[in-house]
Amino acid sequence: MQRFLDHTIEYLPILLTGLKLTILVTLGSLVVATLLGLVWALMRVSGIRALAAISRTAINLIRGIPIIVQLFYIYFVLPDFGITLTALQAAIIGLGIAYSAYQAENFRSGIEAIDHGQVEAAQSIGMGWVLMMRRVILPQAVRIVLPPYGNTMIMMLKDSSQASTITVAELALQGKLIASATFQNSTVFTLVALLYLTMSIPLIVFTGWLEKKFGRRA
Amino acid sequence: MIELANVEKSFGTNHVIKGFSASIQKGEVVCIIGPSGSGKSTILRCINGLESYDSGTIAIEGLRVDRHDASIRQIRTQVAMVFQRFNLFPHRTALENVIEGPIYVKNEPRAEATQRGRALLARVGLADKETAYPGALSGGQQQRVAIARALAMAPKAILFDEPTSSLDPELVGDVLGAMRSLAEEGMTMIVVTHEMGFAREVADRVLFLDQGVIAEEGRAREVLTNPHNPRTQDILRRVLHPLCGVLAPERVSRTTAVGTLEGTTPP
Repeated sequence: MQRFLDHTIEYLPILLTGLKLTILVTLGSLVVATLLGLVWALMRVSGIRALAAISRTAINLIRGIPIIVQLFYIYFVLPDFGITLTALQAAIIGLGIAYSAYQAENFRSGIEAIDHGQVEAAQSIGMGWVLMMRRVILPQAVRIVLPPYGNTMIMMLKDSSQASTITVAELALQGKLIASATFQNSTVFTLVALLYLTMSIPLIVFTGWLEKKFGRRA
Repeated sequence: MIELANVEKSFGTNHVIKGFSASIQKGEVVCIIGPSGSGKSTILRCINGLESYDSGTIAIEGLRVDRHDASIRQIRTQVAMVFQRFNLFPHRTALENVIEGPIYVKNEPRAEATQRGRALLARVGLADKETAYPGALSGGQQQRVAIARALAMAPKAILFDEPTSSLDPELVGDVLGAMRSLAEEGMTMIVVTHEMGFAREVADRVLFLDQGVIAEEGRAREVLTNPHNPRTQDILRRVLHPLCGVLAPERVSRTTAVGTLEGTTPP
């Protein structure tokens, strides 16, 4: 136990630099995934066939390719086309795009779960599509979308570790580097797991709070 | 004011409206009655573009109703609708429901819209419910909020799609009362309903719709007390005494119209 604590004090600073990058990648890709996911979802429900088709194709493409492969593409292949990104940028964009597909499906099911009577009521007072989405549909859809959105957030936190495949020195990679240098596998990886838990448990609690808050209104 | 001429509408192979023509004047109250599936709700929804129609014309003050045209939004601000299932916005209070249209569609200043909204809620007897959410209101109260919401748009006409069909019987009276006072103030109303008493007392004209065509029409009192068309007689009989055919078939032949049923007791 004493050895564990000694090692902890020694490795923690390095692991924390990794944790900082983990948080950065997670937050960055969350923003990208949410915004892009909303775009895909609105395209799907717009009623304009061309937009819906483009959106559906994009979502299926993204869902059909493993996240690691998407990351490789953005970091290693895009430079051939003149777009060179840092590892961190590539990770945020890549994970953001990858998860936008899942966010899109979450948002779309939330939107489509709203009773069609709401659409008719909004139309009957002369609301156009944008106004209807903004004032009537999306505010109600948010409540339905929150549980899967919270789950997606937690998944993105864990999948940030995939950024390690394109050299981002986030938490998991830092752990692996220390472990291969010191052979203190159990100590290091236990620390890494605990550090992930210190981030995911607050997220889980926050998601629960969000569900309660938005669930209270009629 | 509202002109319909030879309107046809099919849902796939189901030919629901087969040549509907009618002309509704300003200030008229027209009730559309008829059996289920006759197309009553459908034709109402064609008027404000919630449904498209295949052929014929529908025009409101000369402006053609076309669901796919940009003009439909303008038309909808002038022809309001009250739905069978209320369709209030559940995430907004009663007052917020009422002022949503004026503020966000008509760009009225909030203070002015709020003041008018309060007055409208008071008019339908719900002044004390302005901060209540729809979930906390009874069906009758929700429907009255819906009427206030329709009125807030200062429409030229209001379409009512079976406004009391989802209500418990004891709540129906309040809503019909609100509708009656609207009629007495001169609002142009087209009401799809099964409430024959309301139709007889408040409507100017009644259109009896059966299988997509107008089987009978005329002044409300006449059609409902002395219908000519046997189908009309049949429907009125069933609507007014639904148990007639089951419990006391011998009474069926004696109850032919609304007037004579006043004196009989239900079987």
